[in-house]
Amino acid sequence: MTTTFRALMGACAFGALATASMAETITVATVNNGDMIRMQGLMDEFKAEHPDIDVEWVTLEENVLRQRVTQDVATKGGQFDVMTIGNYEVPIWAKQSWLVPLTDMPEGYDEEDLMPAIADGLRQDGTLYAAPFYGESAMVMYRTDLAEAAGVTIPDAPNWGQIEEAAAAMTDRDNEIYGICLRGKAGWGENMAFISSMANSMGARWFDMDWHPQFDSEAWSETLTDYLDLMNNYGPPGGSGNGFNENLALFQQGKCGMWIDATVAASFVTDPEESTVADSVGFAQFPNKEGMEGTGHWLWSWNLAIPAGTQKEESAKAFVAWATSKEYTQLVAEREGWRAAPPGTRTSLYENQDYLDAAPFAEMTLNAINGVDILNPTVDEVPYIGSQWVGIPEFQGIGTAVGQQFSAALAGQVSAEQALQSAQQLTEREMTRAGYIQ
Amino acid sequence: MARAVSTRRKLLTTVFAWLVGLAIFFPILWTILTSFKTEAAAIASPPVWFNFHWTLDNYVTVQNRSNYFRHFSNSVIISVGSTLLGLIIAIPAAWSMAFVPAKRTKDVLMWMLSTKMLPPVGVLVPIYLIFRDLGILDTRIGLVIVLTLINLPIIVWMLYTYFKEIPGEILEAARMDGASLREEIIYVLTPMAIPGMASTVLLNIILAWNEAFWTLNLTAARAAPLTAFIASYSSPEGLFYAKLSAASTMAIAPILIMGWFSQKQLVRGLTFGAVK
Amino acid sequence: MATKHSRAAARLMISPAVILLLGWMIIPLGMTLYFSFLRYNLLMPGMEEFTGLANYRFFLTDPAFFAALKNTLLLVGGVLLVTVVGGVLLALMLDQPFFGQGIVRILVIAPFFVMPTVSALVWKNMFMNPVNGLFAHAAKALGMQPFDFLSAAPLASIIGIVSWQWLPFATLILLTALQSLDQEQLEAAEMDGAPWIKRFFYIMLPHLARAITVVILIQTIFLLSVFAEILVTTNGGPGVASTNLTYLIYVQSLLQFDVGGGSAGGVVAIILANIVAIFLMRMIGKNLDA
Repeated sequence: MTTTFRALMGACAFGALATASMAETITVATVNNGDMIRMQGLMDEFKAEHPDIDVEWVTLEENVLRQRVTQDVATKGGQFDVMTIGNYEVPIWAKQSWLVPLTDMPEGYDEEDLMPAIADGLRQDGTLYAAPFYGESAMVMYRTDLAEAAGVTIPDAPNWGQIEEAAAAMTDRDNEIYGICLRGKAGWGENMAFISSMANSMGARWFDMDWHPQFDSEAWSETLTDYLDLMNNYGPPGGSGNGFNENLALFQQGKCGMWIDATVAASFVTDPEESTVADSVGFAQFPNKEGMEGTGHWLWSWNLAIPAGTQKEESAKAFVAWATSKEYTQLVAEREGWRAAPPGTRTSLYENQDYLDAAPFAEMTLNAINGVDILNPTVDEVPYIGSQWVGIPEFQGIGTAVGQQFSAALAGQVSAEQALQSAQQLTEREMTRAGYIQ
Repeated sequence: MARAVSTRRKLLTTVFAWLVGLAIFFPILWTILTSFKTEAAAIASPPVWFNFHWTLDNYVTVQNRSNYFRHFSNSVIISVGSTLLGLIIAIPAAWSMAFVPAKRTKDVLMWMLSTKMLPPVGVLVPIYLIFRDLGILDTRIGLVIVLTLINLPIIVWMLYTYFKEIPGEILEAARMDGASLREEIIYVLTPMAIPGMASTVLLNIILAWNEAFWTLNLTAARAAPLTAFIASYSSPEGLFYAKLSAASTMAIAPILIMGWFSQKQLVRGLTFGAVK
Repeated sequence: MATKHSRAAARLMISPAVILLLGWMIIPLGMTLYFSFLRYNLLMPGMEEFTGLANYRFFLTDPAFFAALKNTLLLVGGVLLVTVVGGVLLALMLDQPFFGQGIVRILVIAPFFVMPTVSALVWKNMFMNPVNGLFAHAAKALGMQPFDFLSAAPLASIIGIVSWQWLPFATLILLTALQSLDQEQLEAAEMDGAPWIKRFFYIMLPHLARAITVVILIQTIFLLSVFAEILVTTNGGPGVASTNLTYLIYVQSLLQFDVGGGSAGGVVAIILANIVAIFLMRMIGKNLDA
């Protein structure tokens, strides 16, 4: 009855429109990142291939999006037919049977072509539960012109000491040039993504094998102290409020000497239409502690998944397949140039000479992604899968709360020791409550 | 009876008042100005005031990205609908409180107001589940219901204060003439309470238009009003001040214009029985 | 004047509003109360079990709880202070004769029409941002270091933003009240040689008392649940420096998806809000009856 009622309401509101087209409408929830916005601009192409499917977009900021889709999938609200989720969520949700397995993808989808490092994290017993839209690791992006002027060279595989030296040399506060821009805004997907990666590269880990948090360890103390030193001495003002997007804007304006962040940013900072420094960006591996090995400590992908219980599985699958296909990459390349192709999901992209020519960051991105092992993110053994995140449902809450502590330390409200102490206590508390620690 | 004021003093007051007024209005003015700039001009240091290349590009970009008019019409339907529904429920209630006061009338009124103190985040999950079961997630009717319930206490209270100012003798006279209760309310009471009702309606439309928690959480695509529209512009990638400004201007312009045109009514009725 | 007949009619007429509000209060509240005794995490369905008061113990022993309580009071109190004092001053100003009164009044009330999300976004990015914000530009032009509002003084910044939004409301109500003041009384006082300050404190302010209580009542209701401004600007941080109770519950129930814990927090917040409500109602009730 409610359906009839709603149909009536709809018919009243849209009149002729509703009756004229018999197309099925799917609702796609997505995050307001550049690559997704670009996809919305290409919908006429999708419509041309699938005249029987209409797509409604719900575009939200990352945190709001995550809350909305999680709430909807967990309560089976059924408001979305396609959801954009991270590789953190996929295994957790798949285990709950909240996602439609992506078997029987259309002809020519070529699942084999998906990069193993990314796709393996989206599989459960060999079945794909989400299709990667773009993937990323992290790396150093720096201003070659500033480095040259300051007389420093940044090696391809720098260590943290070299990063600090370079930051010091490039900083010129009078001209609003800050040697290094790093994430400081609290959030498990914001500052904790960076700080956890840095911790991995320093040999720190989130939990020991008995799920006891490790913030009281020497390695964590070293990580946080170094991070705070870098940001306090060479970072931009207001660092504790800067996330990925704020730093991107700063770097594009030419205010950062170096920026260590997601590899996906490379295509934005080298975009001559958006970036004032497009011509002079160099790339290097994510830094390590001196004498330590490892090329990547960060692995993220934004993926399209179909919530179980949708009435429109077929149309949703057609959309997911289209948006993550080789043809889509080709389409973006035709419209916006190869540099803009969504990175980090398909091996074929990195074998395409056009792409390699257009994207100076391609090789570095590929190496960084392939260098990550989410089963062994750091030196010591860990009980979780993850890299800059920990693959347990409780991590969102804990990660954000810890992120708040570190953000407070960056804002100068508490000392590094106090922040670590609070982080240790609150994590211990939450893990005990969740039953990990007996 | 106006007091004589020296011209000099009036001029001084004028200058001062205009400065204060402009200062308070400035953030809105700046947003509107920025919406016509390019992204580069929007962050230029030192800031540019009027001598920039005026462009409508941001509005075009915003419109291409999201269907403004659908969000706009949802906002209109939801805010007007919930206000009218609220009025229909509140008029009888306010009438009986004002003219047939019982011992506990005041308590009932205060209790009604106190329901507005429930923190919405605390009850989101229950409401979401109820809406799911009723099949009214992402429907305008669902939002109309929620916003009516949220604003009902304010409507009742405002109407109550206006009704109370109307002398009971007039109603009694009407009753003597044989008017029924319905006629009494429609033909006698309502016309007298028009200024009060007008400002009640306006205030509630504003509150409903700007309500961001429920409208964002209970909608997806179909019923999403302008609050959801603006949510997609908070911290996207890259430079976005100009686009944000354009989207902001589009989101607030309708209600701002409505507010300005009706400010006389709004002001006249906003007494809350506070004036004696 | 009330006959038996009209009493019955009155009951009948008030009932839809009462029943609806009762339903709106009791159904979600009942569910919230029920959830608050469960171990219930949205991310782990099928594991719900009764845990007694564990959720309450957990919520009340959270170190962030007292900070949030303090921040809530500071936020409500701060905004009330700014808007009442500012509102009185603005009302006095707008009550004076000057050229373009109508237009200035329009300018002053404009912020009230702006969505909280929009105003938070605009203030955060275009004004308070320490690199690209207008305040930073101004500071640099004056040769000063830009002040980093949202990390150095997060709560005060939010109080500022919220006050900007509510100042017009207070001004409007106080202005209406001021305009109803008996001019002859004022003039008589002026004749008697009472200085302006005396006239203000002995005649105007007492006259405004009722209007001020109304402003406090209505604003408190809205200020207790300030949320969008915090979410957009600081996310409750740095640390918990700008986390209020509403935001803390949000973190619990929608960031950690701990419905049980969030519900317990919700119940606590409802109890606290009602304490504030009773206190307020007493004050208002007395003032409104007078």
